[in-house]
Amino acid sequence: MLLAHYLGLVHRSEGELADAYREVARRHADEPDVYGTCRLLAEQCDSHVSTLAPFVERYGETEQDDPQDLHRDLFDEPRDGSLGFLRDLHDLYLMANEADISWTVIAQAAQGARDEALLEAVRTCEADTAAQLKWLKTRIKQSAPQTLLVADR
Amino acid sequence: MTGQSDRIAHPWGARTPFASGTRWPERTDVQLEAGIDSHDVDRWVTSACVLCSNGCGLDIAVKDDRIVGVRGRAADRVNHGRLGPKGLFGWQANNAGDRLTRPLVRRGGELHETSWDDAMGRVVERSRALLDEKGGSAIGFYTSGQLFLEEYYTLAVLGKAGLGTPHMDGNTRLCTATAAQALKESFGSDGQPGSYEDVDEADAFFLVGHNIAETQTVLWSRMLDRLDGPKRPRLVVVDPRPTMPAREADVHLAIRNGTNLALMNGIIHEVIANDWIDHDYVDAHTVGFEQVERVVQEYTPERVGEICGVDPSAIREAARIVGAADRLVSTALQGVYQSWQATATACQLNNLHLVRGMLGAPGRAVFQMNGQPTAQNTRETGADGDLPGFRNWDNEDHVRELAELWNVDMAVIPHWAPPTHAMQIWRYAEQGSIRLLWISGTNPAVSLPELHRIRSVLERDDLFVVVQDAFPTETAAYADVVLPVALWGEKTGTFTNADRTVHLSERAVPPPGDARSDLEIFLDYADRMGFTDRNGQPLVNWSDPESAFEAWKTCSRGRPCDYSALSYERLRDRNGIQWPCDDRTPEGRPRLYSDGHFYTAADRCEAFGHDLVTGGAVTEQEYRAADPAGRAILKAVHYRAPAEEPSDEYPLRFTTGRTVYHFHTRTKTGRARQLQAAAPEAWIEMTPGDAGRYGIAEGDLVRVESRRGAMEARARLLGLAEGVVFAPFHYGSYGTPNGTATAANELTVTEWDPVSKQPHFKVAAVRVQRVDGPENPS
Repeated sequence: MLLAHYLGLVHRSEGELADAYREVARRHADEPDVYGTCRLLAEQCDSHVSTLAPFVERYGETEQDDPQDLHRDLFDEPRDGSLGFLRDLHDLYLMANEADISWTVIAQAAQGARDEALLEAVRTCEADTAAQLKWLKTRIKQSAPQTLLVADR
Repeated sequence: MTGQSDRIAHPWGARTPFASGTRWPERTDVQLEAGIDSHDVDRWVTSACVLCSNGCGLDIAVKDDRIVGVRGRAADRVNHGRLGPKGLFGWQANNAGDRLTRPLVRRGGELHETSWDDAMGRVVERSRALLDEKGGSAIGFYTSGQLFLEEYYTLAVLGKAGLGTPHMDGNTRLCTATAAQALKESFGSDGQPGSYEDVDEADAFFLVGHNIAETQTVLWSRMLDRLDGPKRPRLVVVDPRPTMPAREADVHLAIRNGTNLALMNGIIHEVIANDWIDHDYVDAHTVGFEQVERVVQEYTPERVGEICGVDPSAIREAARIVGAADRLVSTALQGVYQSWQATATACQLNNLHLVRGMLGAPGRAVFQMNGQPTAQNTRETGADGDLPGFRNWDNEDHVRELAELWNVDMAVIPHWAPPTHAMQIWRYAEQGSIRLLWISGTNPAVSLPELHRIRSVLERDDLFVVVQDAFPTETAAYADVVLPVALWGEKTGTFTNADRTVHLSERAVPPPGDARSDLEIFLDYADRMGFTDRNGQPLVNWSDPESAFEAWKTCSRGRPCDYSALSYERLRDRNGIQWPCDDRTPEGRPRLYSDGHFYTAADRCEAFGHDLVTGGAVTEQEYRAADPAGRAILKAVHYRAPAEEPSDEYPLRFTTGRTVYHFHTRTKTGRARQLQAAAPEAWIEMTPGDAGRYGIAEGDLVRVESRRGAMEARARLLGLAEGVVFAPFHYGSYGTPNGTATAANELTVTEWDPVSKQPHFKVAAVRVQRVDGPENPS
């Protein structure tokens, strides 16, 4: 059953998203709201990882060898300044979207498998991810004009 | 007449007890300069008090073109003649010897007197250069909760449609942003549901983080007169400090600061568990009950007691009082708004009234209070992070209405994101993308969090700072241009209190020297900048307070805050009329939502709402998909521990607050002899138990340190919640000897509520250290 593949995928990407939120919080600690919110969202991702753990165990996790471009880009070079801040939020948004579509895929499979417990777990995580995307988009929309039109860096 | 010493010692004055359903008795408070009595007064000029959000009606006594005192207006619906100590004595600041009377400009590092033409010319020159080089977004405005409606509206129009900058906010961000936000989240729009008359009818009061005795003395007098009258209402107080209301309370929940939401979730848990629910009201007039029920499920009194540090049986008793009350009046202020999870807590208080059907009827009201006297107008007119008339920045039709009203291209009005909140304006200035910061009527060098950071922003070479004030404040010291202004009593205008009561305040005396009203300054700026509409006509097409008011009436027509049937003439005839005041209700409306119909319809609402955890904005499409269409919105989230919790290094919880004798940073009250003498310097409060652990005794000089800074003040040992340290926030360097840091905001954290963006002045971790023994009385 290939469900294990996808569980492995989202399990790993949630862990990486947690790391990414922490990294952005650290880099942009001068943006106080971002610092606090990113650390909160990192904790959410941690909890998704532990929520998934029993299912990963049940279905068996498959080793992932897909290159994780999004994550690598984000961590490749530290960015600072307003533009670096906007780019980092942009990358978080892409990573959170990856999680979002993974939840959709797994929820579909969980329904087919009549696995109520997995479906409920995924629904909960999915709602968190939706809220993360909402916040990221709100924050990006706020920063974009000032960064691109007014700031020097 | 009440003697002055009395009113310092007894801020609430003599009791006039009354029973539910009867009229609050009148009591006319008067204060005149020594040696003057009523017969000496040349004239009494109609006004209202501007030293808190209560907005008590008063007359200003004038002799020889000088203000010599005040008298409460017995006929005024707000105060029935009473005045608090700030109102009785605060007017003396108008006559202070250090008023600013001439514009100042910085030359060679020093401020020098100059002409208006030179000062305004510099502001205009810098504005034009920035507009050309960077656009309107390089200019920011940080205004006040103390100007008049006409001034705010003029500022809003010149900022949004003239310069086209999204960066405008008031210090109302520090005081009432959460009130406004919670009203929007629950009811679809800003606007206080209740009326002060509801105090007269209530059978229970629930004060959450609201030291009303010191912040709104006259409203507290009204409650006290009920508490001392027949059939005493029950009183529940939530406050870490043993405040005057806490001492009067049937139940005082002295919770740890930062745990409000856990407590409120616990109260709702009990209300649901005991089925103190108005099911018909919930079914007919709300959405979201199941979500609230799900969230509060785990907040048993035992668990909440553990989090908050209070006895579970006290939580049960408090919930029983508010749950069983037939006429419940609840209020919240800074203990909620400036604390952790502010908007979520304030919403949960709205939820309490919604699930109990306690809204829109006599004695059934929730007050999301205001701090400052004219904060309501900053919000209404859009001089803060809102659009004028409670319009929704995310609703194209609302923005189009404004564009048509002002006859400008819609694209000029910034509406691609919410107007920038104050903390973000300061952040942009810190980063150098805002290059001109225009500060009017407020003193951020004392009132904002983490003051060393604020000073470093104000000191930036690339930031042009304009300060518009009546006094040489701590902030004015950093200005490039200082514009001297007329104070209350020296100009005419209207303002609106926390229960939607509009007062006209007339000019009683001329301002000192060359000082001008804020309105004159904004009009002059708009004129010099040459802001025009699409037809090339002046954008700001009014010239004095009354014509500004008329322009505002048009802007407000049909909106929740409808002023269209008000006029200066009507206010001169009867001062103190509540909005909405339109052709249907020309006498004003005492209560909103009496019919259970809220402003939540997608086309009408002021905001589409937010995720209360992160502040992520609900999109228009999402909102329309589940349009509440007039039903109130119940929403709840879980408690989380504050970001900065006590640690080994910083083991105590710090909170800040107010004294009855001072307002804000004491710019006025520090210049009123009796008030300054009553509370001349900062102090800190801690429990005897905590003090004992650090070898601190009553009156010792104590140093309080956080990760950000330190202050020193003398200790008062009181029965607050264990582990909590309190300091008043009023004390900057003004009147402080030897340059000791006494500002509580040296310690506070740069952090804000995710939804209302109100800073967290009431959650920080600190440590304390004894510096010296009590003052030598010699």
